[in-house]
Amino acid sequence: MQLCKVMEKDQDKILHEVTQNEYKYGFVTDIESESIAKGLNEDVVRLISQKKNEPEFMLEFRLKAFRYWQKMKMPTWAHLKVPEINYQDIIFYSAPKQKISGPKSLDDIDPELKATFDKLGISLDEQKHLSGIAVDAVMDSISVKTTFKESLADLGIIFCSFSEAVQEHPDLVKKYMGSVVPYTDNYFAALNSAVFSDGSFCFIPKGVRCPMELSTYFRINAANTGQFERTLIVAEDDAYVSYLEGCTAPRRDENQLHAAIVEIIANKNAYVKYSTVQNWYPGDKNGLGGIYNFVTKRGKCAGENSKISWTQVETGSAITWKYPSCILLGDNSVGEFYSVAVTNNHQQADTGTKMIHIGKNTKSTIVSKGISAGFSNNSYRGLVKVTKNATNARNYSQCDSLLLGDKCGAHTFPYIEVDNKDSIVEHEATTSKIGEDQIFYCNQRGIKTEDAIGLIVNGYAKEVLNKLPMEFAVEAQKLLQISLEGSVG
Amino acid sequence: MLSIKNLHANIDGKEILKGINLEVKEGEVHAIMGPNGSGKSTLASVLAGRDLFTVTEGKVTYLGHDLLELSPEERASEGIFLGFQYPIEIPGVSMVNFMKTALNEQRKHKGLEPLSSSDFLKHMREKKELVELDTNLTNRSVNEGFSGGEKKKNEIFQMAMLEPKLAILDETDSGLDIDALRIVANGVNKLKTPKNASIVITHYQRLLDYIIPDYVHVLYDGKIIKSGGKELAFELEEKGYDWLKKGVAV
Repeated sequence: MQLCKVMEKDQDKILHEVTQNEYKYGFVTDIESESIAKGLNEDVVRLISQKKNEPEFMLEFRLKAFRYWQKMKMPTWAHLKVPEINYQDIIFYSAPKQKISGPKSLDDIDPELKATFDKLGISLDEQKHLSGIAVDAVMDSISVKTTFKESLADLGIIFCSFSEAVQEHPDLVKKYMGSVVPYTDNYFAALNSAVFSDGSFCFIPKGVRCPMELSTYFRINAANTGQFERTLIVAEDDAYVSYLEGCTAPRRDENQLHAAIVEIIANKNAYVKYSTVQNWYPGDKNGLGGIYNFVTKRGKCAGENSKISWTQVETGSAITWKYPSCILLGDNSVGEFYSVAVTNNHQQADTGTKMIHIGKNTKSTIVSKGISAGFSNNSYRGLVKVTKNATNARNYSQCDSLLLGDKCGAHTFPYIEVDNKDSIVEHEATTSKIGEDQIFYCNQRGIKTEDAIGLIVNGYAKEVLNKLPMEFAVEAQKLLQISLEGSVG
Repeated sequence: MLSIKNLHANIDGKEILKGINLEVKEGEVHAIMGPNGSGKSTLASVLAGRDLFTVTEGKVTYLGHDLLELSPEERASEGIFLGFQYPIEIPGVSMVNFMKTALNEQRKHKGLEPLSSSDFLKHMREKKELVELDTNLTNRSVNEGFSGGEKKKNEIFQMAMLEPKLAILDETDSGLDIDALRIVANGVNKLKTPKNASIVITHYQRLLDYIIPDYVHVLYDGKIIKSGGKELAFELEEKGYDWLKKGVAV
């Protein structure tokens, strides 16, 4: 009898957890925002630039990008079914209304906004920050607050919103923006270059090791808006920085577009580590709603011995199209890509990387772990290119897929182009399934099915999760488990 | 402790267990023998709660509970342990992590605090010695790349770690050489207390040279057709199963 009660309680708890955990960031903040009219044309591009009070060079950049984009067609090579996107039905600029522009102190920020980020676990109050992470919090089209800006400035580090960088450091922006991802790069890069509204800017001067993790937290709030942000990270000679990115959005039945650009420049001996936990709203169980996530992320190892390392945990978005890449220009430079991509229900992901070996003795490592469940499709797409002069280039790729159930798909599209005979390129791939027998084995030792899946998936993804900074790794582990809840049984 | 009454179970409509009756009391060791396909492993799976099988009739009472109402993990937490005939590999999950999760889940079920890391490691060291388990195995992924013998030893190690009330060992002796067999059997004997019980399922008599059963049952065509003391095992070794089968044939 007592046992039965325990059982009931347990079941209630599981049920509660499952429903609670479905997507816990799906709330909407009720805040007045200032939005422009729907639609996209040259006037809209000019309006965005004007709203941000931008210098002439920025407007020119935007207009060139816009005119270029107009002549382009959406790429269709990815293994994705993308419904037609009506760009005239999207709001391209929406900002939460603030009492004064460019808030300087915490007290100037709308309490509602502060509460929103608190709810997301992102404290804008520096006093409350124990983990030593500086945050740039971006909601819809603008940056709300950047923490620890002043203490970082003492070291010569610039960490601020992109808009602020345009005002305060136009020379740096002019020099580096578009130097890794030109607006001509692809359809979504061109679109972003025309209409991007905010994002983060980070500059680590020569010889400085950034003492804390820098992070940007992106939040979409307003309905019918697209989010188009840009991040630019520059590490000068011998500099080091570890950068984190997180993202969430409300639960809505309509799809929302997110098209971002991240550019990284690493000069001589510099090391930039970029980690993402992408948790945009994935849509509901039937595939209704969710974010379309089209992102161009690329780093340039410009100097000798430089290193750029991408780590991503992709659990959200209805559609993900994303290939964080490294251009290994400097001799002895190193590029790394560690990825866990989870798709459940009707999610689709086409993600991977490009490693372009140009310098001598360049090295790259790719570890990709795809996990598919439900009716989802998960593709790895990667290019390893070794150019003629990249003597002694070395690449190792490992690409694993894990399937849960028999209605989902896992696909691998590796491209290897080698023009240098002294280089070594290796590719390994596996596909496996979480078996009922594995789950029963765990059950028989007293481990519940949900926990068993968590255990198995985290074991599978361990190699990648270990690359994440500590605080992030714990969050990512939980996220993996939550994303797959209800996918077996 | 365990009372099985008229248990019937099928898989995909095919009846495998056709009315099993069995009583197991504290402190007892029961051996279940029988030819291939007689339903030995099915019985073990049904008792552990594997949902491949459907129970169509009968009742199983375990420590006063209706066992068939409990989920597999609840049965485990209530002290039922199944030593698998074919232990499953779980890549990427270390034995340490696996055991720690299992042990703490079971403790949680009993309303106990999770073990601290140092207490857990101490517990693990003791049990490893008990079953003579190679130190390196616990650092590897669950059963991954283990030899047949290592897998079986690992089952006994897990049993030692979880200290079950009722251990069901499904052909733990199959595929073992004589040294491994002795280690496995020693482990089982050392874990025996007046409070727990075991059901040892085996195809051959030789395991019973090491683990002395109180009762031997012969399972054939989904039914227990003969029960007796340990001498029954010797009789079976000598005569085979045919003389018993003849008695059943209608």
